[in-house]
Amino acid sequence: MTASLTVFGDALEFVVDERRLILHKTWEHLLLSGAALAIALVIALPVGVWLGHRHRGSFLAVNVANLGRALPSLAVIAVGVAFLGVGFWSVALALVVLAVPPIITNAYVAVDGVQTDAVEAARGMGMTDRQIITRVELPLALPLIFAGIRTATVFVVATATIAAVAGGGGLGDIIVNQAGYGLEGVVGAAICVSVLALAADGAVGLLQRALTPAGLRVESRAFETDVTISASRFRPAMSKVDGLAD
Amino acid sequence: MIPLGGPVAAQGPVIPDFGKGSDCVVENRLFCPDWVRDNWAGTLQPALLDHVKLTLIAVAIGFVLSFGAALLTHRLRLFEKPLVAFAAIVYTIPSLALFQLLVPVTGLTVATVEVALVGYTLLILYRNILEGLRSVPPDVLEAARGMGLTRGQTLWRIELPLAVPATMAGLRVAVVSTIALATVAALVIPQGLGYPIFLALREAFKTEILVAGALAVGLALVADALLVVAERALTPWNRARRVT
Repeated sequence: MTASLTVFGDALEFVVDERRLILHKTWEHLLLSGAALAIALVIALPVGVWLGHRHRGSFLAVNVANLGRALPSLAVIAVGVAFLGVGFWSVALALVVLAVPPIITNAYVAVDGVQTDAVEAARGMGMTDRQIITRVELPLALPLIFAGIRTATVFVVATATIAAVAGGGGLGDIIVNQAGYGLEGVVGAAICVSVLALAADGAVGLLQRALTPAGLRVESRAFETDVTISASRFRPAMSKVDGLAD
Repeated sequence: MIPLGGPVAAQGPVIPDFGKGSDCVVENRLFCPDWVRDNWAGTLQPALLDHVKLTLIAVAIGFVLSFGAALLTHRLRLFEKPLVAFAAIVYTIPSLALFQLLVPVTGLTVATVEVALVGYTLLILYRNILEGLRSVPPDVLEAARGMGLTRGQTLWRIELPLAVPATMAGLRVAVVSTIALATVAALVIPQGLGYPIFLALREAFKTEILVAGALAVGLALVADALLVVAERALTPWNRARRVT
């Protein structure tokens, strides 16, 4: 017990002493994760929202999630390297592949699950498809869409650690180099990754609050649980920690 | 390029030797079938089998532990919170770091890998089994009591069968994520599909990266599909309902 406490203390000391290195690697880590997430959002959100709006492709949307969960991240990163060579973009692309499934599936389930009465009413008021999506479906689906984005964010930040073995940089550089930084460096960087993942999750949560229309803030909680239960009966609420282990 | 600890660093690059082999291997083209043929029996097949073995052992131990814990806390709710908290903390440690953290304790052995892999399965399996046991509707439990079943009989005949779908859902996630994490185990021991991936990444040898990576992905997909089939076989009542 005391030994593990010493390691922990040494790790914190390492983080403080080597703060310039840590900050530099954290910046690389954020850049890589941010790039991957941004690309994943641009690809996955429109697809998921559109499929949900048309109530089509449930088979595709649900199975994409299962497929995505089954992909070993190291293998995906390795395949990315095989095609694009070692470096930032091959790793970023692999992370995009890993981040797209949860975003697509949640966006689909969220928009698909918006009460038909609300959509019918909007149509009756003369709204176009586009207006229905942006003014009715998206605001109501926001909590669940963001649940998917949060899962993807935590997963990407945690998995970006593995990028180090493929020359992608980031905090993983310290973790895989025990010979250079010692066990305290490994533990220190690991703590930084965990903190970073939780902080990113929190940041996306704040963004969600900011984007939720005031009128929906009160009910959003009830709405969220309602949809989650009907959407995935036997998938317990793992979304917040899902993928951290990678 | 990558300063790795453990056996990867100790043994250095074994394969590929760009100097020998066919033109395809020498030029490091995207995919060389002849290399795969030559190295299947010596490198790829053993790695695949080791990977399956690492995964099966980890999931089996994790399942037994989680099952026991779930049965215990199903009745004694007192222990649920601390157990979930412990499992959740283990779950948040990045795998690259956990393997290295355990090395001073258990050395560069299979035990190190298995302890870490088992640790990652606990949260998923425990939560799902417990949720399954709790998902049994109260009317069903009333009916069981009305029929004169004892608590033990209720558990074995009612609660456990009805917990199968949730348990299998957890098992799918656990197996698939263990297969993914076991690739990282190659940092510690020269076993599993991660080993050829790590070695090939150092040289950017495309064929080996691609084949070993594809084998890992394929293994995960096959395992997932097998568990879906197993779940259907174990829950005939769901199948019947689906038909009508």
